[in-house]
Amino acid sequence: MEGLLNDIAFIIGTTLMYSTPLIFPAIGGVITERSGIINIGLEGMMYFGAFVGAAVAYFTQDPWLGFLCAGLAGASLGLLHAIATVSFSAEQIVSGIAINFLGVGLALFISRLVFDGATQTLTVPNKIPLPLDFLFGDGRLFPSAGFMDLVFNRFATVYIAFALVLVSWFVLYRTRLGMRLRAVGEHPEAADSLGISVFKIRYGAVITSGFLAGLGGAAMSIAVVSRFNNTLISGHGFIALAAMIFGKWKPQGALLACLIFGGAKGLEIFMGAKGVPIPSSLLATLPYILTIVILIGWVGRSQPPAAIGKIFDKGED
Amino acid sequence: MKTIRTCLAAVFTLVSVSALTAFAADIRIAMVTDVGGVNDQSFNQSAWEGLKRAEKDFGIKVAYKESKQDADYAPNMETLTDAGYDLIWGIGFLMGDAIKNTAEINPDQKYAIIDFAYGPETPKNVTCAVFQEEEPSFLVGYIAGKMTKTGKVGFVGGIKFPLIEKFEYGYMAGVKLANPGAEVMSQYAESFTDAAKGKAIANNMYQQGADIVFHASGGVGDGVIEAAKEKGKWAIGVDKDQNFLAPDNVLTSAMKRVDNAIYDIGKRLIEGQFAGGETVVYNLKNEGVGIAPTSSKHVPAEILAEVDGLIAKIKAGELVVPATKEAFDTF
Repeated sequence: MEGLLNDIAFIIGTTLMYSTPLIFPAIGGVITERSGIINIGLEGMMYFGAFVGAAVAYFTQDPWLGFLCAGLAGASLGLLHAIATVSFSAEQIVSGIAINFLGVGLALFISRLVFDGATQTLTVPNKIPLPLDFLFGDGRLFPSAGFMDLVFNRFATVYIAFALVLVSWFVLYRTRLGMRLRAVGEHPEAADSLGISVFKIRYGAVITSGFLAGLGGAAMSIAVVSRFNNTLISGHGFIALAAMIFGKWKPQGALLACLIFGGAKGLEIFMGAKGVPIPSSLLATLPYILTIVILIGWVGRSQPPAAIGKIFDKGED
Repeated sequence: MKTIRTCLAAVFTLVSVSALTAFAADIRIAMVTDVGGVNDQSFNQSAWEGLKRAEKDFGIKVAYKESKQDADYAPNMETLTDAGYDLIWGIGFLMGDAIKNTAEINPDQKYAIIDFAYGPETPKNVTCAVFQEEEPSFLVGYIAGKMTKTGKVGFVGGIKFPLIEKFEYGYMAGVKLANPGAEVMSQYAESFTDAAKGKAIANNMYQQGADIVFHASGGVGDGVIEAAKEKGKWAIGVDKDQNFLAPDNVLTSAMKRVDNAIYDIGKRLIEGQFAGGETVVYNLKNEGVGIAPTSSKHVPAEILAEVDGLIAKIKAGELVVPATKEAFDTF
C-alpha cells in the first residue's frame, strides 16, 4: 500500500517539477496573445532568462536576485518584440523567430565572456529554496520520503507558478485592466475609440510575457537543476505555446494543459521504470500523444482572440 | 662501450625529435566542433585540449571552427578544406555524414572523425577514432558494486542505441563482478537534453532504494547529478571528470580521453603514419579511456587498488568487457 502511495506521489511530484517551468511562459503567452500580439519568441526569452538567472545567482549567491534578473532579461527581449510588432507593425511571427535566435545568441555570447569561454555556467551555490521543508523530516509533522514529502515539498517556484495562474485569471477576468486587455485583443479599433491606449496595453502585455518566460527559464536553471547549459532549454517555450493554445488562451486552461503534459511525462518515466514491455523510444512519445488526445477529446475547438496577429493602424496619418 | 651506446642513442633521439619538430612546423591540423562549441566542458573541449597539447609538443599549428547548428558542419568542413589544413577533424558522431560527403568530394584532403565508424565504407582519406566505452563503464560499475550499501544501483542512458548500450552493459558487468547479488535499474531518457527527465528518473531510482546512479546521457545527466545532490546520494559522471558539478556527490566518472585520441592521430600524421580508410580503437591499453582522477576523493584506496588490478587484466587481454546484451548474458 505504501509502495503504491509512493508511486502515485512520485508521478504527482514529477508532474509538478515538469509543469512549473512551462506554466510561467504559458501564462505569459496567454497575456500577450489576449492583447492581440503573437509571441513565438517565448523559447528565446526562456533561454536568455535561464542563463541570466543562473549567472546572477552564481555571482551574487542570491537565487531570488537571479530569479528577478531572469524575469528582467526576458522582459528586455519582450520590449524588443513590442517595439518591432507594436510600434513598427512588423510581422509578429518573423519578429518572434528573430527573438528566438537572439535569446540563444545573447545567452551564449555573454556566457562565453563571463564564464571563461564556456557555453554553460558553473553550479550556483544556493538554489531557489524549498519553503515548506521545515514540515518534513524526522520528528516533524510529516516523515521524510513519505507521500506528503514527495508531493508537497517543492521549490518555491512551484507555488509561485500556481499563484501566478490565480492572479492572472483574476486580473484578466475581474479587473478593468483585464477587460481592456481582452478588448484590445478582440477589437482594437473599438477599444481605441473608447479611449483605451492599444499601444500601452500591448506594450505592457508583451513585456509581461517576456518577464514570465524569463522566470520560467530560471525555474529550470536554478530550481530543477542548479546551472545553465546550452541544451537546458530545448523546446520548453514551444511546448508552453502549445499549452496556451490547447488551454484556449485562458490561464486555467493553460495550467491544465501544462499539468497534463507534465503528468504524462511522470507516467512515462514511471512506466519506463516499471519495465513495461514498450521500447523506451516509443514510450517517450506518450506525453505528446496523450496531451493531444486528452485535449482534443475534452477541450474541443479553441478559438483565438479575434484581432490576433493583425496589424493595428490607428489611422491618424 | 655502454656509455658510447647511450650517447649514440641520446644523439639519435635528439636528431629524430628535432627532425620531427622541424618537419612538423609546417603541419596544420584543424577541427570542427559540434553544436556544443569549443568550451563545452565535454567532447569538444577535450578534443581542443588534445590539439593544443600536440601544438605544444610538436610545434604544429592548430585551429578550430565552431558549429552553431547541425547545418554548419558541411560548410565548416569546406571552409577548412579550402584553407589547406593537412588534417581536419570532425568532433562527434553528428558529423558522420558531413565528413563522408566532404571526403568524397576532396579525395586528396585528410579527415578524421571522433565516435563514428563507417566500417568497410570508410573513405580512403578518413580515419575514424572510436572508443571502447564499455571499459571505463565496467570500472565505474565495479566501484559502484563495491560501494553500494543497499545492493541497488542505477544506470540512466541518453538515447538507446548501440553506442550508449556499450556504457550500459559494461557498467552492468562491472557491478556483477563486484557484487553478483546487486540489482541494476536501467532506464533510458530518449533524450540528451532533457535534464528534468534525468532528474525524475534518478529520483525514482533513489526512491526505489538505489544509492549510486551512473549516467551516459549528456545534458540529461545534469538532472541525474542534481537528484544525487538533493537526496545526498552518489552519481557517476561520464566523458569528462564531472566531479566539479557536485564535489560531494559525484563518486567517479567514466572518461573518454578524446584528447589522447586527437593527440595520437596528430602524432601519426607528423610521423607519416596516418593511414586513411581505417578505424582506430581507443581503450584502456592505449590510454584512450579511463576513470576520473578525482575518484580517490571518495573511493577507498583498496577498491581503487582492485580497479588497478582489473585495468591490468583488461590491458593484458585476460578480461574482455562485454559491450552488448549478448556478450553480457554470457559474462
